[in-house]
Amino acid sequence: MLDWPILSTVTFLPLVGVLLILLTSGKEESSARNARWVALWTTLFTFVISLFVWINFENGTAAFQFVEKGDWLGGNINYHMGVDGISMLFIILTTFLMPLCILASWEAITVRVREYMIAFLVMETLMIGVFCALDMVLFYLFFEAGLIPMFLIIGIWGGAQRVYASFKFFLYTLIGSVLMLAAMITMYFIAGTTDIPTLIDFNFDPHLQLWLWLAFFASFAVKVPMWPVHTWLPDAHVQAPTAGSVILAGVLLKMGGYGFLRFSIPMFPEGSDYFAPLIFALSVVAILYTSLVALVQKDMKKLIAYSSVAHMGFITIGMFTLTQQGLEGGILQMISHGIVSGALFLCVGVVYDRMHTREIARYGGLVNRMPRYALIFMIFTMATIGLPGTSGFVGEFLILVGTYQVNTTVAFLATIGVILGAAYSLWLYRRVVFGELVKEDLKNIVDVGRREIIIFTPLILVAFWIGIYPEPFLDVMHASVINLMDQHETALQAGKAIINASK
Amino acid sequence: MMYVLIVFLPLLAALIAGLFGRSLGDRGSQLITCGAVIISAILSWVALYQIAFQQTTEAVELLTWINSGDFDVNWALRIDSLTAVMLVVVNTVSAVVHVYSIGYMSHDPHKPRFMAYLSLFTFAMLMLVTSDNFVQLYFGWEGVGLASYLLIGFWYKKPAANAAAIKAFVVNRVGDFGFALGIMGIYFVFNSVSFDEVFAAAPSQAGQTFEFLGYQVDILTTLCLLLFVGAMGKSAQIGLHTWLPDAMEGPTPVSALIHAATMVTAGVFMVARCSPIFEYSPEALMVVTVVGATTCFFAATIGLVQNDIKRVIAYSTCSQLGYMFFALGIGAYPAAIFHLFTHAFFKALLFLSAGSVIHAVSDEQDMRKMGGLWKHIKVTYAMMWIGSLALAGIPLFAGYYSKDLIIESAFAAHTGVGDYAFWAGVAAALLTAFYSGRLIFMTFHGEPRASKEVMAHVHESPMVMLIPLGVLAAGAIFAGMLFAGPMTGEDFREFWGASILMLENSTAMLDAHHVPLWVKLLPLVLGVFGIALTYQMYIRRTDIPVQLAKTHSALYQFLLNKWYFDELYDFLFVRPAKAIGRFFWTFGDGKVIDGLGPDGIAGRVLVLARRASQLQSGYMYHYAFAMLLGVAAFVSYFFFAGGH
Repeated sequence: MLDWPILSTVTFLPLVGVLLILLTSGKEESSARNARWVALWTTLFTFVISLFVWINFENGTAAFQFVEKGDWLGGNINYHMGVDGISMLFIILTTFLMPLCILASWEAITVRVREYMIAFLVMETLMIGVFCALDMVLFYLFFEAGLIPMFLIIGIWGGAQRVYASFKFFLYTLIGSVLMLAAMITMYFIAGTTDIPTLIDFNFDPHLQLWLWLAFFASFAVKVPMWPVHTWLPDAHVQAPTAGSVILAGVLLKMGGYGFLRFSIPMFPEGSDYFAPLIFALSVVAILYTSLVALVQKDMKKLIAYSSVAHMGFITIGMFTLTQQGLEGGILQMISHGIVSGALFLCVGVVYDRMHTREIARYGGLVNRMPRYALIFMIFTMATIGLPGTSGFVGEFLILVGTYQVNTTVAFLATIGVILGAAYSLWLYRRVVFGELVKEDLKNIVDVGRREIIIFTPLILVAFWIGIYPEPFLDVMHASVINLMDQHETALQAGKAIINASK
Repeated sequence: MMYVLIVFLPLLAALIAGLFGRSLGDRGSQLITCGAVIISAILSWVALYQIAFQQTTEAVELLTWINSGDFDVNWALRIDSLTAVMLVVVNTVSAVVHVYSIGYMSHDPHKPRFMAYLSLFTFAMLMLVTSDNFVQLYFGWEGVGLASYLLIGFWYKKPAANAAAIKAFVVNRVGDFGFALGIMGIYFVFNSVSFDEVFAAAPSQAGQTFEFLGYQVDILTTLCLLLFVGAMGKSAQIGLHTWLPDAMEGPTPVSALIHAATMVTAGVFMVARCSPIFEYSPEALMVVTVVGATTCFFAATIGLVQNDIKRVIAYSTCSQLGYMFFALGIGAYPAAIFHLFTHAFFKALLFLSAGSVIHAVSDEQDMRKMGGLWKHIKVTYAMMWIGSLALAGIPLFAGYYSKDLIIESAFAAHTGVGDYAFWAGVAAALLTAFYSGRLIFMTFHGEPRASKEVMAHVHESPMVMLIPLGVLAAGAIFAGMLFAGPMTGEDFREFWGASILMLENSTAMLDAHHVPLWVKLLPLVLGVFGIALTYQMYIRRTDIPVQLAKTHSALYQFLLNKWYFDELYDFLFVRPAKAIGRFFWTFGDGKVIDGLGPDGIAGRVLVLARRASQLQSGYMYHYAFAMLLGVAAFVSYFFFAGGH
C-alpha cells in the first residue's frame, strides 16, 4: 500500500497535460508540435505511474485497494476511489494504449492538433475514472462524460459521414444511460447511499432487482455492444480517426463489460440469474450474426468492427456463466481484445494513412512492398482468431470452458463462431496482403516506418505475453472473482430466504 | 535438457531465420535451420533408444500456462514411447526435407522465409507430440495448422495457393471445433485436462451419461467422438478431407513434410494417445473403424484417375491415413503407429521424388505432359520405384510389414466393422497398386509428351536433393524389417509401455499373426496384380484407359471430380453463409434495426446533424461549453434530486 493517493494521481495526471497544452501558444505549427510532445510525455508518464498500482497491488485480497474517500456533494455522495482485481487491469490497459494512440495520431492528424490532444487527454482521465470510481454518482459522471470527447473526436476528426455516425453513437448511448440514471436514483432512494461497496452488500428486493437489472442492462448492452443495439459501432468505427477507433474498441467497449461485473452481477444477483439466458441468447446471436455479416463486408474497419461485436459476445457469455473460468476468461479476453482489436485498427490505419481508403477491394498484394507490415498484420490476425500462444486464445478458451459447465448448447453454438472468425479474418488478410500487386497506386506504397514499429512492438509483446504466460494477469483476478462468485451465491441464498419468509 | 533442446532448437532457428533472414542471407538461414533440425533429429534417435528401448519415461515442467480455479495447465514435455517414435518420425523427415529444400527452392527469392516456416512447423509439431495435457496438444495442433496455412500459401501471388491455404485452415477449424468441445467436455467431466489424471479416471466414467446439447448421452463415447472430429480434420478423413488435395498448391517439400509424413498423422497420434479413453468406448472405436475404412477405399478410387502427380500422392496419403484409423478402431494401436512410422518414410520419399520430377520438367505437374523420363533421371526413377513398392506393400519393403499387419488385424478382429474394414482395406490395396503403377508408367515410360524445350531441359536433381532421397529410401526399405519386431512383435507391450492402453480383450493385433494363409497372401497377390494391370494398360495397350473413360463416363467424371465434395460444400455452406451474411447486413442491420431505431427518427437526426455541422464550424470552446453544461446538469440534478 502506498501513502499517497495514487489513483487520483493517475486519473487526473492527464489533465495536467491539458493544462500544459492550453498554456502553450504560438504559431499553428509549433503549437501542434508542442501539443503532440506534451501529450506523449503525459500519457507515458501516466502509464509509468499506473504501473505502480499494479506493482503494489495485493493479489491475495478481494478488498478494494488504494482507497481514497473524501466528502463531496454534501456528505451523501462521496469522492470514493479504489480498485480490486476486476478493475485494476483495465486501468493499465487504458494507460498502456494511450501513448500508442498519441503516436498513431502523430502524422495522421494535421488540423486542430491541440484540441485533438486535449480531447484525448480528457478522455483518458474520464476512462481511468470509470474504473476507479467507487461511488455511483462519480461512476456515472465519468461513464457519461466519457462520451463527450469521443463524440467530438468522431465528429471533428472523423471521415466523410462523421456527423451521422457521431449522432448515432450519441443517441444509442444516451437512451441507455437515461434508464441507468433512473435506476441509480431509485437505488439511492431505497438504500440511502451511492457508495458502491455498500450497495454491493445491500440486498434489493428480488422483484425490483429485475427492473433495476434491465435498466442497467440497457446502458451496458449498448456500450458492449450487444446485438441488436450494436449498429452504432460499425458506423462509429468507420468514421472515427484511427486512434479513436483504438480507444473505442480498446477501452470504451470494456466499460459495458466492466459495468456488468461491478453493478449487475453483484448488486442484482436475482436479476443476473433470471436474465442469464437472455444474455446467452443475445450473445450467441451476436456471435453468429455478426460473424456472418463480417464475412461480406467491403470496408476493412467495418469488418473489424463487426468482429468486435462477435468477440464481445464471447465475453458477455463468459461473465454470465458465473464460473471462475468464465469470469476470468471474460476479463482476460477484454484485456486481450483491447490489445488485439486496437492493433488491428492500427493496422488499418497504417494503410489508410497512405492510401486514404478503407475499401478492401482497393488493396491486394501489399506483402510485395510491405513485408514487415504483412508480418505484423498476420500476428494480430492470428491473435484475433484465437490461435493458441496468442492472447486471443487464453480468454476465449477459458470462456468456453466455463460456458460448457453451464450450458453445452451455448458452448456449442459459440464455438461455431470460432470457425467463422477464422474465415472472415483470413479472407480479409488474403484480399489485402496476399496476391499479385497489380494496382497502380499501390506500386509505391512504403513499408511501416520506425514510428509505426514503435507503436506495434509493445502490442505484439503483450499479445504473446498473455498468450504464453498469462499468470500475472490471472493472478490479479483470482481473489476478486472468487469473491464475486461467493457474493453472488450468498445473495441468491438471502433472496431465496426472503421469498420463503414472505410466503 | 536434451528433450528441451529437441523441441526448442527448431523454434530458435525459426525465429532467427524469420526475423533476421535478410541480414543473415540465404545461406546463413539455411545453415541455421538445417543445423538445428539435424541436431534435433539425431537427439530424437537417442531419445527413442533411451525411452522406448530402455522402457523409461521423461517429464519436463517448463512454465505455468493457464491457471484459473481448477483449470490448471502447464507448459510441459512428456516423453514416452509413443512420443519418442513421433519425435523420430517428425525430426528425421523434417531434417531431410530441410536439406532437400536447399536444392528445391534454389530459384526462389524468399528462401529465409521458407526455411523459417519449415522450422516453425517442426516446433509446433514437436509441441504437439510432447504435450502432457490436452490444451498444449491443442496448441501444437493449431500451431501446425498455422504453419501449414503459411506454407500452402507460400507462393502468395498465386490465387489458387491463397485459396487453398484458407481452405486448409478453415476446414481444419471445423475439425478443431469438435476437438475444442471435446477438451471442454473432458474438463467438465474429469475436472482436469492433464493426460495422467484424465486417463487414470477414464475407466470410472465408462457407461455413465451426461447431458450434451439437451440429450442424455454416454460420456466417453461423446468425448471420443468429439476428439475424433478433430482428428478427422487434421488427418483428412472423409468429409473433412477436401483441403488436403488443394494443399498441394504449396511447394513440394511442404507436401512431403506436412501433408504426408507428419501433420496429417497428428490425428492418428491423438487417437493413439487417447487410447486409455477410446478403449472404454467400443461405439467410438466402431465409428473410427468405419470412417477410416471408408476413407481408405474412397480416397484410393479418386487417386485412380487424377492427372496431377502430386494429387495422386495426396489421395494416396488420405487413403493410407484411412488404414491407420481403422487399425486404431479395431484396437491395433501399435500397428497404426507402426504404419504411421513406415508411411512417413516412403510417402515423403514419393513426394520428394515427385518434386525431383517436377523440378526436372520445368515445374510441370500434369502427368499427361510427362512420359519417357526414366532415361534422363535414373536416380529419381529408382527412388520412385522404391517408394511405390513400399506403398504397394511388396515384401521386404517397409509398407509390407505395416499394411499387411493392419489388414490381417482387421480380419482377426472378427467383428462386423472389422470385416468391413478388412474388405475395404483389401480393395484399397489393389487400387493402391494400380495408381502407383499408373503414376510410374505415365511419368517415366512411353513416349515423351512434353514439349521439345522441356525435354531438352530435363536433368537429374543436384546432390543436395538426391542425398535426402537416399536417406528416405533407406527408411522405406529397412524401417519395416528393423522395427516390425519391437513395435508389433510378441513383446510389443514392453516397447510401448504405458503410452498405449490395450484392454485384455483387445487381441486383434496378436491374432493377426494367426490368420489363414489366404488372408496373408491376398493383399500381396492383389498388389502384384494391380501393378501388372497398369503395365498392361499404360504401356502395352494405351487405348484401354481412354476406352474405359469413354464407356464409363459417368463413373469417370464422378471420380475425376472427387465425388463432388467441393461442389456439395460450396452449395451447402459457402454460398449460404455469404447470402445469409449479406441478408443480415442489409436487411437485419440496415432495414430492421437501424430502420426502426436511429434512422426511424431520421428527420430529427437530420436536424441535429445540421446543427452539429454549424457547431463544427465553431470553436473548441463551444464543445467545451457544451461538455461543461452537460456535466453541470448531471451534477446539479443529483445534488437536488438525491441530496436531501
